[in-house]
Amino acid sequence: MSKQEQEKKLHIEVQDLTMAYGSFVLMKDLNFKVYEGDVFIIMGASGCGKSTMMRHLIGLNEPAKGDILYRGESFVKASASGREQMVRRCGVMYQSGALWSSMTLAENVILPLKQFASYSDREAESIARYKLSLVGLSGFEDFYPSEISGGMAKRAGVARALALDPEVLFLDEPSAGLDPLSARRLDEMILELSSNLKMTTVVVTHELESIFLIGNNSIFLDVNTRTLGATGNPKHLRDHCENPMIRNFLRRGELNAIGD
Amino acid sequence: MSLTDTNNPDRQEWLSYQTGNLVVQLGEGWSEADQLPSRERSYKEKLSKCSEGDVVAFKGEGVRGDRPLQLATLLDWVRLAEAEGLVVDFDGLSPQAVSLMRLALAAPKKEKEVESDQDVFERIGRLFMARQGEKRQVYEFTGELMRSLVRLVMGKARFRGRDFWMCLEDCGVKALPIVALISTMVGVILGFVGGTQLQAFGSTIYMVDLVGVAVAWELGCLMTGVIMSGRTGAAFAAQLGSMKVNQEIDALDTLGLSTMEYLVVPRALALILMMPLLTLFADFFGCLGGFIVALQFDISPVEYWVELTGTLDLRGILRGIIKSFFFGIIVAGTGCYYGMFSGRSSSAVGTAATKAVVSGISWVIVCDAMFAFVFQVVGF
Repeated sequence: MSKQEQEKKLHIEVQDLTMAYGSFVLMKDLNFKVYEGDVFIIMGASGCGKSTMMRHLIGLNEPAKGDILYRGESFVKASASGREQMVRRCGVMYQSGALWSSMTLAENVILPLKQFASYSDREAESIARYKLSLVGLSGFEDFYPSEISGGMAKRAGVARALALDPEVLFLDEPSAGLDPLSARRLDEMILELSSNLKMTTVVVTHELESIFLIGNNSIFLDVNTRTLGATGNPKHLRDHCENPMIRNFLRRGELNAIGD
Repeated sequence: MSLTDTNNPDRQEWLSYQTGNLVVQLGEGWSEADQLPSRERSYKEKLSKCSEGDVVAFKGEGVRGDRPLQLATLLDWVRLAEAEGLVVDFDGLSPQAVSLMRLALAAPKKEKEVESDQDVFERIGRLFMARQGEKRQVYEFTGELMRSLVRLVMGKARFRGRDFWMCLEDCGVKALPIVALISTMVGVILGFVGGTQLQAFGSTIYMVDLVGVAVAWELGCLMTGVIMSGRTGAAFAAQLGSMKVNQEIDALDTLGLSTMEYLVVPRALALILMMPLLTLFADFFGCLGGFIVALQFDISPVEYWVELTGTLDLRGILRGIIKSFFFGIIVAGTGCYYGMFSGRSSSAVGTAATKAVVSGISWVIVCDAMFAFVFQVVGF
């Protein structure tokens, strides 16, 4: 870990986390730290539990063992209301946007604003317009989710995640299923937003281009050993990781290292 | 000189206009709720005095990146100025605000598509055409279903036997408890109503006739139809609707498998077969409910049995059974129709289920009324 990273403030810390569905252990003994302002990538092969990891971080799944700390405060042991407070400081974009289909894009953004912040109708509308502009969707306020494309739904999902000015933004597979240009634009938007809004961003993805473009820290979940494969800057991992399997993953299999 | 007067927003020092250049100085607190409306008014006033090509410059440290309302208002103001054909310059703001504004303005605003003016006649015409299209859909669906059923009879239809058995279980065995409960209760209610009224004439025994005839002719099949519409018709619509949302129906289509044969036929067939059976059960439980009440009116089991079999013949029971067969077609048809033509969102699936239940129940009752008429005419 570089010196610069150590100076940064700790934001999320995961200690000895075990994730399980019933008696089936998905991942065990996970330990990692996310620092403030990081764009943190959770990567791994399909089905290794990346999305489940994210679901644990935002409290949708209970850990079988271990703890998750936000700014040193335990999320797992927190009371129900304490948890709610912590979750409200997180914005989440789900894989396909998960926009509420009976509401327009603006209404999707306004709902959290009206529920959890004391804005007047006019102010909330104005903020919704602004958030949608940030993700490049100005003028689409009155569209319904069924009327826009998949990429736009993802961006609208980001706008909704940003509604309450979260401290942490979680993005589940932001660039999956998009054409290369849209994917790149979305990645650039994520970078812009994370640097301008001073948020910590946690991204679940296995798109290599995204990983190298936006990530400055990462964990690799190893599906074979069912635990943490490696942690660090993805570019560094690609070039210097001791585990050949991970180097291979990050080079799209061009390094045929597993047989070595 | 302080240009950022927070105490008195009406003093317009924060707005200054000099030949072709409107300077908007935004200090701390400019976006406080009590000041914003009046500030916005004065801003708009000044804007209207500018002429095209003028520059609007936003300055000051009063816009902070962590205050979304400030940025949102600023964005609105910038858009207002742009709409007037003015040049906007916000480089005088804090660096964070500048980059956020750049980001927000990076993508061009989508202009509203102007809808062509429609006069009353055109609107009526369009409405009518839409209705016609819907009707066509119903005919097509009915025709396709009939064709598939014919193919089924000829042994050509293809669907998974397992699907059929699962539908059969769902429409039959699993529906039995609720049908039994409701029809028993209906029998009890009829028994009480009949018993108390007939008591006045000293002829309580005729409540048995009332319960028997009402249940077998009408209420057995009608209640079964209503229950199955709410239970199974809605389930069909929701299942098929969510299959549509998940593109499962598209996947069948592209494989060249007939969705009608694969999805609709097993469901419709199962329900049409099970409805008469359920009705028979409903008749039995209705009479059982009547029997429980009969005991309260000092009618012995033997009396009940003799009176019931005396008034209820096979023809009476058949009336209900014949109708239930048609109710099965109606419930399965409406459920599958609204499911297959559901929209592709979660709210559309809800609408489909609602429509299926509403039209299912309505048509069941309309059909029942028609049968009452027909049976009367043909003397069945």
